[in-house]
Amino acid sequence: MSDQKVEIIDEVTVRFAGDSGDGMQLAGSQFTNNTALAGHDLSTLPDYPAEIRAPAGTVFGVSGFQIHYSSSEIKTPGDAPDVLVAMNPAALKVNLPELKSSATIIVNTSSFDNKHLKLAGYENNPLEDDTLKGYNVIHVPMTQLTQDALEKVAISTKERERSKNFFALGLTFWLFSRDLTPTLDWIDAKFDGKPKLQEANKRALRAGYHFGEMKEIFSTRYVVEKAKLKKGKYRNVSGNEATALGFVAAAMKAKLELFLGSYPITPASEILQELSALKRFGVKTFQAEDEIAAICATIGASFTGALAITTTSGPGLALKTEATGLGVMTELPLVIVDVQRGGPSTGLPTKTEQADLLQALYGRNGEAPVCVLAAATPADCFYMAIEASRFALKYMTPVILLTDGYLANGSEPFRIPDESEIPEFPVEFRTDPKDFQPYARDINLSRPWAVPGTKGLEHRLGGLEKSHIYGNVSHVPENHEFMVRLREEKIMNIRQDIPDLEVVYDQDADVLVLTWGSSFGAATEAIRRIRKSGKKIAHAHLRYIFPTPKNMKDVLERFKTVVIPELNLGQLARVIRSEFLIEPKQINKVQGLPFKAIEIETELNKILGEQ
Amino acid sequence: MSDKRVDVPELTPKDFQSSQEVKWCAGCGDYSILAQVQRTLPTLGIPKEKFVWISGIGCSSRFPYYMDTFGMHGIHGRAAAIATGVKLNRPDLAVWVATGDGDLLSIGGNHFIHSCRKNIDLKIILFNNRIYGLTKGQFSPTSELGKKTKTSPYGTTEYPFNPLSLAIGSGATLVARAIDRDPKFLKDMIDKIAQHRGLAFLEVFQNCSIFNDGTYANLTDKETKDDAVVKLEHGKPMIFGKERNKGIRVEGMTPHVVDLDEGDYSADDLWVHDETDECIARAAILSHIEDRPGFPTPVGVFRSIRKKTYDEMFREQIDAAHAKGGGDSFADLLEAKNVWEVN
Repeated sequence: MSDQKVEIIDEVTVRFAGDSGDGMQLAGSQFTNNTALAGHDLSTLPDYPAEIRAPAGTVFGVSGFQIHYSSSEIKTPGDAPDVLVAMNPAALKVNLPELKSSATIIVNTSSFDNKHLKLAGYENNPLEDDTLKGYNVIHVPMTQLTQDALEKVAISTKERERSKNFFALGLTFWLFSRDLTPTLDWIDAKFDGKPKLQEANKRALRAGYHFGEMKEIFSTRYVVEKAKLKKGKYRNVSGNEATALGFVAAAMKAKLELFLGSYPITPASEILQELSALKRFGVKTFQAEDEIAAICATIGASFTGALAITTTSGPGLALKTEATGLGVMTELPLVIVDVQRGGPSTGLPTKTEQADLLQALYGRNGEAPVCVLAAATPADCFYMAIEASRFALKYMTPVILLTDGYLANGSEPFRIPDESEIPEFPVEFRTDPKDFQPYARDINLSRPWAVPGTKGLEHRLGGLEKSHIYGNVSHVPENHEFMVRLREEKIMNIRQDIPDLEVVYDQDADVLVLTWGSSFGAATEAIRRIRKSGKKIAHAHLRYIFPTPKNMKDVLERFKTVVIPELNLGQLARVIRSEFLIEPKQINKVQGLPFKAIEIETELNKILGEQ
Repeated sequence: MSDKRVDVPELTPKDFQSSQEVKWCAGCGDYSILAQVQRTLPTLGIPKEKFVWISGIGCSSRFPYYMDTFGMHGIHGRAAAIATGVKLNRPDLAVWVATGDGDLLSIGGNHFIHSCRKNIDLKIILFNNRIYGLTKGQFSPTSELGKKTKTSPYGTTEYPFNPLSLAIGSGATLVARAIDRDPKFLKDMIDKIAQHRGLAFLEVFQNCSIFNDGTYANLTDKETKDDAVVKLEHGKPMIFGKERNKGIRVEGMTPHVVDLDEGDYSADDLWVHDETDECIARAAILSHIEDRPGFPTPVGVFRSIRKKTYDEMFREQIDAAHAKGGGDSFADLLEAKNVWEVN
């Protein structure tokens, strides 16, 4: 046995990187599951190319998965990795600039041959010159060792090679003193019925682990203590999983059946996939012929009394624009989820951005206000899916829920709420034909939901302007203005259900950081560091973007400076400027990547220095 | 269906007339379709509240406003998609689509072919007047090649769609055609699609008295119609003509018009129409037959087969998953995998 020392550390950031065919997403997600089960707080960031298999060995084809985990609460997937597992020269080249200066790099030396070096654009072998000076470089011929370990498994050489991600995973597990059991169990379940692949992957995993144990290549082994999370049951969720689960929970709470009309689009497809597998909950999923059919079928399902939702990303939201207007006009409840990605046009399909805010708020013909909400973290997607459903049903309106690629694919531990923690919001369908009028209003200005099949309530909806109360087609000028104002007022009434905007940290600070969506994590970490350095700063996070919380104006006016970090050119800042007549400072990034805490920290420090 | 008829109160056409004033132009073929629909629906034994009419945009798409049923006047081209959501969520409803040639075949083409392909239990009535009426006279995807309209003053340079051929090729399980000026036959066809389970498509040749008046004159004028139209009857030979002395005979894949008075052929030698033929080849030939010089235009049921519908299979999967148990609690939903506990 080796006598390496064991060091206890608070937190660590690990990145797995390799060719897009190397199974790095799988290695990363298994490391994540294992980490979650070990009781750590964590945050993950997958980063992969838009091509399924970009040219092998090139820098374009590098796929990465980063996980940050800790013994205390964390909010981001980590700025710079402490450990990089690089499966080929291209992965090293792409990721090297991101690493901490003293990082450990575990290199698969088997792939550092002339061919792969050339494909990555290295003139000299970086393992043999000064390129990696200062780093703790661990040379492991992983491909070769995997082949050796699987020699006796009757599968092809190619299949053996494919198991090298499990070798890398096993080695990393050893480095961080992990239990292999959950991953071995996962392999058994995943490759059920394929005993040779079970055997191969398990052997590779163990071989990697034992290699760490037997060869004294690491001077230190690390342990991260369990995080002190709030008491309860936990599971790890990605934002897309949480969104799917949130809608099923919402349907239970509303006592309705859930209908999803959707068309596959990156990075939103997983919501459709997740919900398609939940038929035992009565979930109806319709994979439509296109984005427009998806929302139109959703409107049809809403008309007939379902909790009806559609899921998409930016280009799809653009296609759904006209039908969203139909939802506004017919005043039917529906939720539209936009998992934002880099735009415009096809943009950066696999990358994240927050640049659909103005599209969500204003992107329709005519005066067509809809409620717009945004989730803050992967787990928050669960709660915001419920909120979006609740508002849609109560106010008979489309609601747009914004998440983004970073939240969708990123993951974190999710404390599983008890059923009683989430209030019920059962809907009441109109059933009484006496004095029924389809465009009569309740106290919230919502019209009745009278579903087909209900005797005596036959009525017609449609995209033409409707007369107040009666709902017949009306071209009367005064009626149109009245209805336009009424629909606006109804949406503003949602304010009564929106909690006040909460200001956290230094209430007497000069500077308020106002965030929305996924910037929450990096901003929170940046603010923590700034406060640790002794400076005062306050933070407010906006989940309810339209309408805004009742106290929004008061909050904004309390601070000398409002700073808005967002992954666009200043879309929320533009809204705040025009709605509240204040001049916020902006921190913007539009690279398809989430903020790093250090980026926000640096900018905030500059602003604080100007105060 | 027969067992359903028992409990339903007697309905009359009047029960299906809404309070809204019908605003089509004088002489519009849409009136005829509305009248025959309102005559047919009360006879089906289906409670009124179970009917849902969905439409898109165009003159035809005002149809739901005139029906005292549940309905939605949707957006341009999307009626079939909206109707799909209605049917999937509530398979017990009778879902009907009123649409036009621009609505269904131009902007809505994608939804149409996919609805046919999936065999969703929808009844689609195409009001085909071969022109854009509501936008006042531009050519449509069924306008004939060379047609002069406001947007084709030199004549169009595009070939028209053959809606029946498109529906047959896309997998619709009932495909039929009728003409607005033959109300009795039109009513029969509406009844046929009403009785069908699966995607039922009825093309109605409909005259636009303002922008395309007389486009079907040859098929409706007393002097010409008997020689220009052949009525398809299942199991019967194809005979037409004022004197009922012409027939259609098929040799291999090639149809011929034959004269029954000349003595070479009798009714026994003619093409016997089989609407239940599983193979689409004959229905496809039939759908294009009027393109051949000297051939009549067929009306009636071209094809009618029973295939499991999308909505049936959709429902069965959910029921089967339900039957396995679970699916009712938060714990089942959220604790399905990899849960750990913090104490």
